[in-house]
Amino acid sequence: MSTQTYKKGSSWAALPWLGPALILIFGFVLWPMVELFLMSFRKVSVSGLIKGWAGLDNYRALLDNSDLAGTLKRTLIWLVVIVFFTMAISLPLAQLMNAKFRGQKFLRYSIIVPWAASLVITATSSKWILDPYYGILNTILIDLRIIKEPIDLLGDPKSAFICLLVVGILVSLPFTSYVLLAGLQSIPQDILEAAKVDGAGHWKGYWAIIFPLLRPAFLVGAVINAVYVFNSFPIIWVMTTGGPGYETDTTTTFAYKIAFRDQDIGQSASLAVGNFLIILVFIMLFLKLSKWKELDQQ
Amino acid sequence: MKLDMGHKTKRRISQTGLSVLGITVALLFLFPYVSMLLTAVKPKSDITDIPPTYFPKHWEWDNFIKVFQELPFGMYIRSTILISVSTMILGLLASIPAGYYVARNNFRLRTPFLLLVLVTQMFSPTTLLIGIYREMSSLHLVNSYLGLIIINASFNLAFSVWILSSFFKSIPIEIEEAAAIDGASRFQTFRKISLPLALPGIVTTAIFTFIAAWNEYVVAYTLASSPSKQPFSVGLSLLIGYYEVKWNYLFAGSLIAIIPVFILFVMIEKYLVSGLTAGSVK
Repeated sequence: MSTQTYKKGSSWAALPWLGPALILIFGFVLWPMVELFLMSFRKVSVSGLIKGWAGLDNYRALLDNSDLAGTLKRTLIWLVVIVFFTMAISLPLAQLMNAKFRGQKFLRYSIIVPWAASLVITATSSKWILDPYYGILNTILIDLRIIKEPIDLLGDPKSAFICLLVVGILVSLPFTSYVLLAGLQSIPQDILEAAKVDGAGHWKGYWAIIFPLLRPAFLVGAVINAVYVFNSFPIIWVMTTGGPGYETDTTTTFAYKIAFRDQDIGQSASLAVGNFLIILVFIMLFLKLSKWKELDQQ
Repeated sequence: MKLDMGHKTKRRISQTGLSVLGITVALLFLFPYVSMLLTAVKPKSDITDIPPTYFPKHWEWDNFIKVFQELPFGMYIRSTILISVSTMILGLLASIPAGYYVARNNFRLRTPFLLLVLVTQMFSPTTLLIGIYREMSSLHLVNSYLGLIIINASFNLAFSVWILSSFFKSIPIEIEEAAAIDGASRFQTFRKISLPLALPGIVTTAIFTFIAAWNEYVVAYTLASSPSKQPFSVGLSLLIGYYEVKWNYLFAGSLIAIIPVFILFVMIEKYLVSGLTAGSVK
């Protein structure tokens, strides 16, 4: 659509139409941001009362926190591993969802389930499946003679974190594979056919012809997925509460624990400011990759 | 002829192969939910079997009804519905005029406004939890439905604005111009012509906001301290902490909570991707 459809107008005329949205955005998204920044520089008592300014004390306390280094490392692993595997699996998955076969609808609907279901429910079910006594996974593994004795996968920090990663990938796949499916569907049919009969073989044709066309969808999907994954709280919280100890925490659950368990609001706010800045980087990345301005002008 | 037959059989084999693969993958995705179902219909005595059985000895389908007596499930669902429906209404009130206006008008602050909307999509309340908590306590909205409704509506604006503005854009401007020539005011044109034509978009955003509020966890977990104010997601996570967890009822309740959301989700599937990527894919 061309710009002809626009009537040039002053920004004041827009106010009655945009007002309600602006009230919500300024009042309840931006105000908490400001409040968060201020809290990170304030001295806050255990009961939540403000006792004056703290300068950089909260940030210093955070850097001195002995669990910070491990948490940062895990957050990086959490982000990289989940996004990598999610995208790597989504590519063939989207291809499968786009293929014509009996049961294709069933596949597409099944993939929607983890997307539609509350993360709390999926995490609760996973925790139950992994339970050392009552969980079905141990029974399956014993019946398949893979293990002899039941193991408590969520009891050991290493295996617990791997389990969390697997659930994280499972719930990430629906969004990314649907994004790639949308990308595939926007490729003209004759180009898809050409990639097949090129004689170069499916594999070569895919990487030479189809993947370059999918790249915008792939990158946008990956960045948005990274934001989801970074913000993800319920999976870890429900399955391990970041435990044992702090050994499966990411910065998101760690910030929650510092604020609402250790009652150190100031220190937690300084960590949240860090999280905020990381998301800001992702937003910049999104704007660059999505060529957002051009899209907006269309 | 012979060659043709060969092709056909080959195609049929690859078709079967694809079907087997597709259905296997589908079942992998369904595994957590199927195993939830198999637990939900187990009688109480089966739940604590060690090792657990794959299938219930008796299929107790009435667990789906008993859950309302065994757990405060009715109360949770009532809160969840109240929060979700109100969030949906508030979200529509804010996003319909905004979506319409940005679709039809060019003004200097248009791009900054859209950027601001995008920010609400990228920042989840999880990061801003301390700020939200402080704000809500100064407004006396901690442990209230209203607080949860406002926060949910605010953070889910982006999807609605993207989808609605693309729907409004797709309505030919000539129709609106004709109405204007007939003497209709700006608002009349909007209400009588554009709004009904954009109904599919409105339904889509209504459903999306409803689901987002239905599944929301971290804000409600932090703000709603009394059980009567908690949505199902929070109630469920707190029930697991109890000494004796009634897993069969817990999962029966969870499945009841998933089904309406799944059906609604399937209805808006076509528009999900474009709304969630700010229209940058498709």
